[in-house]
Amino acid sequence: MLAIKRLVFNEIIMLEKLDFDYSIPKTLIVKLEGDWQISAGLLPITEITAQLTSHPDIRQINLNVSEELQWDSGLIAFLFKLIRECEQKKIQVDHKNLPPGAQKLLEIALKVHEKNILPQQPRESFFEKTGDKVLQIYQSLCLILNFLGDITVSFSRTIKGKVYFRWDDFMLIVKRCGVDTLLLVCLINLLVGMILAFVGSIQLKIFGAQIYIADIVGIAMVRVLAAVMTGIIVSGRIGASFAAELGMMESSEEIDALKTLGVSPVEFLVIPRVIALVIMMPILTIYADLMGILGGFIISVGMLGLNPIEYLNHTQVAVQLSFVWIGLIHSIVFGVIIAVSGCLRGINCQRNAAGVGMATTSAVVTGITGIVIATAIITFICQILGV
Amino acid sequence: MDSKVLPIIEVKDLDIGYNNIPVMRNLNFSVNKGDIFIFMGVSGCGKSTLLKSLIGLKQPDKGKVLYSGKSFWDEDEPGQKNIMRRFGVLYQSGALWSSLTVGENVALPLQLYTKLSVQQIQEIVSLKLSLVGMEEYADSLPSGISGGMRKRAALARAIALDPDIIFFDEPSAGLDPINARKLDDLILDLRDSLGATIVIVTHELASIFAIGNNSVFLDAETKTMIATGSPKDLLANSQDEKVIQFLTRAKKQELKQ
Repeated sequence: MLAIKRLVFNEIIMLEKLDFDYSIPKTLIVKLEGDWQISAGLLPITEITAQLTSHPDIRQINLNVSEELQWDSGLIAFLFKLIRECEQKKIQVDHKNLPPGAQKLLEIALKVHEKNILPQQPRESFFEKTGDKVLQIYQSLCLILNFLGDITVSFSRTIKGKVYFRWDDFMLIVKRCGVDTLLLVCLINLLVGMILAFVGSIQLKIFGAQIYIADIVGIAMVRVLAAVMTGIIVSGRIGASFAAELGMMESSEEIDALKTLGVSPVEFLVIPRVIALVIMMPILTIYADLMGILGGFIISVGMLGLNPIEYLNHTQVAVQLSFVWIGLIHSIVFGVIIAVSGCLRGINCQRNAAGVGMATTSAVVTGITGIVIATAIITFICQILGV
Repeated sequence: MDSKVLPIIEVKDLDIGYNNIPVMRNLNFSVNKGDIFIFMGVSGCGKSTLLKSLIGLKQPDKGKVLYSGKSFWDEDEPGQKNIMRRFGVLYQSGALWSSLTVGENVALPLQLYTKLSVQQIQEIVSLKLSLVGMEEYADSLPSGISGGMRKRAALARAIALDPDIIFFDEPSAGLDPINARKLDDLILDLRDSLGATIVIVTHELASIFAIGNNSVFLDAETKTMIATGSPKDLLANSQDEKVIQFLTRAKKQELKQ
């Protein structure tokens, strides 16, 4: 209903703006009047083309304007479309009576522009698109494997002292990965410990076994949760910053400048980041363990009324040293995954702002996915080994 | 071409492209020692891609790039690095390493490839920065200086190891006419004082005529070079409409008259 009203409204406006005259044989004289500005709305050319259909003998259109005509690009867009349409029907359009500015704009728009010399993308079928996607997965796997190979070679060269290593830069990265992230890691893990204690108490209260909250919080945090939570935080904070930093360096040709100097970007940029994160992740995880246990302690003692000494004793008995090692192994693996995914996405970033954004997002997604997969694999191995 | 002068760079039957889409085909030209050689052509014609193939960033699809007779892309990695050490590159954006100060940027190539002491490196850094008028800014970060200064600092880095060949990618882009002119003068001075060969990618006519003594004109439509020679000679003698149109900024209609 609304659409019909709008059409009628447009037609009324159109009739007010267009006046047709057939006094000259084979010629349609169109008088343009009224408001032809963009703010008044763009009119379709159908009113004129309908005239051409009903008078097939017309070979020329003469455009005239009234003195009160108000125009801007709205008029030009209308005439541009009309002239293009008439060109196909081999009808001449005489626009020399238009205002000089409008004539000039039309001439510029109608000028023959340079040919598109870019290769045209052929339209792909569904199967071709699916095939392309599969090949992209294969290429992306090859890219990751190549990158891991590069890192391995560069790491061994670094260990042998064959690589120029900037200690100042390395210490800055260590600070960013460690000190700058510590507060957030502590806060999140404290809260996770608290949540675990709350959730555990709901079920254990039924059996009067609330003291086992200490065991649940202690084992869960130390064995896996503290490392996973730390990994996720570090992935969002550090992995993303690695990707953005290297992506910007790629866009601003800084990585090209390293290559032409004969310096491997992996040796110069990636290895210090991987080493820094592999060193800092276990340290952050130990803090996270302690904060998680503290969170459980605060809730158990402060809100559930458990004895603090008894809680600590239970934690001490439940948390074996092997669990601490398992947590630290998780954290080292996560450190490698986060640093590698951040650097990989950054170094292969497209050279534009959107590319840097995509690299950052992709680094976080790859990092977190990698963390979850690695956790599953390590847990499975621990199960087989019976630890 | 003077037969006594040995070409420092020779490009033979070079084809370059991206993902099997050709950008330029069948390129053949040589750059002699001491030349200021210009790659010119309209935007998007493949000048910068050609430069990438010359400086080791983009493997060509076909053909050879010879540096004093040695084929760059046929060398192994150490061989390529040895060739790369002979040249300096000034990128369009300057490409100073953003985490290092201007002085550290200039010092890095010296730290990597010389056995000089820290003090000696500092002295050379001061000299190179003075050559480009940037000595006062040695401790500034690239983000704290203007675009023109960044280019000059990047030039100081490019000449840190006294290269035989200096490549410039659109050196005047984004510079005002006064700074562009200063950079042109600096390029001429470096050629004369260091004896370096200069290769420049540009479409700035003022620079092309002021400093270029040899050139190649790349055409986007035919995807190949359509003229080579001194820019002034090309202007005087070329019969090619596209070359004349480019060098005179004339419209097609004006050429026909």
